[in-house]
Amino acid sequence: MNDALISYILHLADNTLILAQQNSAWCAHGPILEQDIAITNISLDLLGQARNFYQYAAQIINSAKAPSPLKRAGGEVTEDTLAYLRDTRDFKNCLLVEQANGDWGKTILRQFLFSNYQYLLYEKLQHSNDEQIAAIAAKALKEVIYHLRWSSEWVIRLGDGTEESHQRMQNAIDELCMYVDELFTKADYETALLKENISVDVSLLKNAWYKKTGEIFSEATLKIPENVFQQTGGKQGIHTERLGYILAEMQFMQRAYPNSVW
Amino acid sequence: MNDESNIQVKKVWKILETVMDPEVPVLSITDLGIVRNVKIDASNKINITITPTYTGCPAMDVINMNIRMCMLENGYKDFEIKTVLSPAWTTDWMSEAGKQKLKAYGIAPPNPKQIVCTTDVFQEEEAIQCPHCNSYNTQLISRFGSTACKALYKCNDCFETFDYFKCH
Repeated sequence: MNDALISYILHLADNTLILAQQNSAWCAHGPILEQDIAITNISLDLLGQARNFYQYAAQIINSAKAPSPLKRAGGEVTEDTLAYLRDTRDFKNCLLVEQANGDWGKTILRQFLFSNYQYLLYEKLQHSNDEQIAAIAAKALKEVIYHLRWSSEWVIRLGDGTEESHQRMQNAIDELCMYVDELFTKADYETALLKENISVDVSLLKNAWYKKTGEIFSEATLKIPENVFQQTGGKQGIHTERLGYILAEMQFMQRAYPNSVW
Repeated sequence: MNDESNIQVKKVWKILETVMDPEVPVLSITDLGIVRNVKIDASNKINITITPTYTGCPAMDVINMNIRMCMLENGYKDFEIKTVLSPAWTTDWMSEAGKQKLKAYGIAPPNPKQIVCTTDVFQEEEAIQCPHCNSYNTQLISRFGSTACKALYKCNDCFETFDYFKCH
């Protein structure tokens, strides 16, 4: 049970950390100041969620007597160990969040697809039998509502905007839609925790997700392509090439100068 | 709880009233509703429970340190600060005095009646009063402002931009 629980918490943490890291690259590069601030604020919210999940995972790992590969060099595990010293195969985030930022439209679309999922997930997760997971989800849900509303509105503005913004949004959909199904495909650790009502059966969120996405896309005059071959694997640690580059940049300081602080 | 520890608890609350929020220095952490509980356990240890406004609020570490400093300055050694997430913080916990101080500082306080935050797009925006000229003829510039807890507004009458402490 403990292994599944740790994997599940790391999965929740990795999703938010990787998306936070990616969004933060827009800092000082946003198309206009207000939206630059918006995307970095969202980044900060996601990073806060990641920290809460990592802290909780570290607490469980440290309290377990059994040796864990995560307890490096016999030391205590911290939120930083989990973020900075795990390799691509250890990361359990969905493939969607590790896809490149691309242009502003693609970043907005990625945020919308993920926030829509996260909103439905946390709505359920706030009733998890695991008190700490429930508390983190309930707290974060209020913030995710802002993320979802903001990204939905921008999908509509850009999709139903100029010919160029519309085309860029449609291109972004074509690039990202192959990573959607994974969100609703249960990993073994999610299945293992279902009986105790700790995890959420993500396959049951799919209809509500497509309904909301359909509504926003129709207002944005955008189309969801059909019969797209779907990629999965991220939740089990099988990632696209891109994650390696993200981690290389994010983890560089701790890898080059172990235990450095600032 | 006996009388003596009752007095102690009140004293600690008084001390916490002097710890200011690092982002909005006119507000104390008790005005904000960040301090959730002060308790003295059987071994006379003081337990202070705080909660973050926003999940990623970078001020939490500073607030934690400022509480520690303030308690030490007042001669308390045996205390512990615990952070809890549940129940989740809401702007409803902000004190009336706190809201007045916010306004005087130039930040529009959160509306008294919690407007339900939903995911519906392009909702009619709630009327926010300009903290400078009191006009309600204002408009949202960005839902995300200079810190996680604020949105950016513009007054159409006095043309000043201002922060709004958004409902949460």
